[in-house]
Amino acid sequence: MTGRARAARRGRLPVVLAVPALIGLAFLIVPLAGLLVRAPWTSLGEQLFSEAVGQALLLSVVCASLATLVCLVLGVPLAWLLARANLPGRGVLRALVTVPLVLPPVVGGVALLLVLGRRGIIGEHLDAWFGISLPFTTAGVVIAEAFVAMPFLVISVEGALRGADPRFEEAAATLGASRWYTFRRVTLPSIAPGLVAGTVLCWARALGEFGATITFAGNFPGKTTTMPLAVYLALETDPGAAIVLSIVLLLLSVVVLVSLRDRWISTPS
Amino acid sequence: MSRFVPVLAVVAALAVAGCSSSDPGASDGESTGTSGPAAPEVTGDLTVFAAASLTETFTELGENFEAANPEVSVTFNFAGSSALAKQINEGAPADVFASAAPRNMTETTDTGAVTADPVTFVTNTLEIAVPAGNPAGVTGLADFGKEDLKIGLCAEQVPCGAASKKVFEAAGVTPAPDTLEQDVKAVLTKVSLGEVDAALVYRTDVKAAGDKVEGIEFPESADAVNDYPIAPCAQAPNPQAAQAFIDYVLSQEGQAVLTEAGFGTP
Repeated sequence: MTGRARAARRGRLPVVLAVPALIGLAFLIVPLAGLLVRAPWTSLGEQLFSEAVGQALLLSVVCASLATLVCLVLGVPLAWLLARANLPGRGVLRALVTVPLVLPPVVGGVALLLVLGRRGIIGEHLDAWFGISLPFTTAGVVIAEAFVAMPFLVISVEGALRGADPRFEEAAATLGASRWYTFRRVTLPSIAPGLVAGTVLCWARALGEFGATITFAGNFPGKTTTMPLAVYLALETDPGAAIVLSIVLLLLSVVVLVSLRDRWISTPS
Repeated sequence: MSRFVPVLAVVAALAVAGCSSSDPGASDGESTGTSGPAAPEVTGDLTVFAAASLTETFTELGENFEAANPEVSVTFNFAGSSALAKQINEGAPADVFASAAPRNMTETTDTGAVTADPVTFVTNTLEIAVPAGNPAGVTGLADFGKEDLKIGLCAEQVPCGAASKKVFEAAGVTPAPDTLEQDVKAVLTKVSLGEVDAALVYRTDVKAAGDKVEGIEFPESADAVNDYPIAPCAQAPNPQAAQAFIDYVLSQEGQAVLTEAGFGTP
């Protein structure tokens, strides 16, 4: 009985929290509602099934997923390094990781061009030695998206790692497990929620990436025109089409995020 | 449960970071001119929405205008003409709209956000832009059809892209672009960084880019002369200052600043 009473008391939100929470929710949702209200529903069908939209949508999903993969392969070890390794100047490193978050994406794109472009510090040699030129290619889109999205993954995973109980890892070590085995079988499962949350944030950010992509990879249909680029250009001439494209992108991300959530984030009761 | 806490903290931190950008703070305190009808003294704040390609020249014109009218404070909003037209149609508190294309001006006259007749104050033509030294040896529009060159163009949806399409049609060249950029400044960035071998931009952009970019004139540019219209907004908070600024842009002094930057006279 006392348990139930406590649950009831816990269930009632204090007004101090509930009011700003609801305002916050409205703040996030009302602009979306604005899109839905202004959408030209009658022409939705023909816009949706046009070849250009299909192409941009496919390219967006493929590039965002590849970028997320790149972020996972490089970002999880980086998060581990930041959380567990005893590095001098770790605070500075941690701040540097967040640079792409603070940098306006267009500036990020220019920075990528200066390094990986045809005349860039590294890109010059890529071009001269291997004939590889990354700008204006689909690989360029993946790189731009990964650059902007990786901090989301690293910060989430690092936070989860620092919140995880290190005693399990120590126990595994005393039982003779190697560090790599411990990382795979003990650490990773214990940070799964943080990892999934980070991956989802990372993928969503990559999917919506615009500034760095158009600056570094340019815009060419079927090669580098992702949905956000298509939306931006449609906005120039046909705002209705731009709204429809945004809604398509929105629906896609909501479907993917909700289904992922149901599969991996829900805690088994 | 506790392992969710760091994740939440991160999300909250990101949210805070996202909110901390500065407030644009549109202030329009004393907006109405109060003097008699005979000689309206221009005072107060003046907000000018101008196309991105006017950034350098209008900034200079604004400073001159403020020097001549010490009671006026001019604020500019530079962006793509279509974005500006949308902002004005959605009720942005603009006094003057200077567009880089008649089409975007028409968007605002169609909705009644601009009721006065727009006046063409300058023209602009296209020029071939190549990186300093012209490494690919570009000589004319025909080079834009070469597959092995990296070519940058404006997307057809934006004014410079529409103009580019016209000159290619006039020249009978089918371009092979590697990228279709969202505005002319983005194309110019690609040229000045040497990422593309050739691009089509406005004459004024080549001039503004300094010695990183070289311009090559071509005869077909006469087929796509771009008119820049200017007009006061119907809901202008400061109509007197708006008209005074437009008069100044059209004056000999104003036109001199614009032609110096490479604009043509209408």
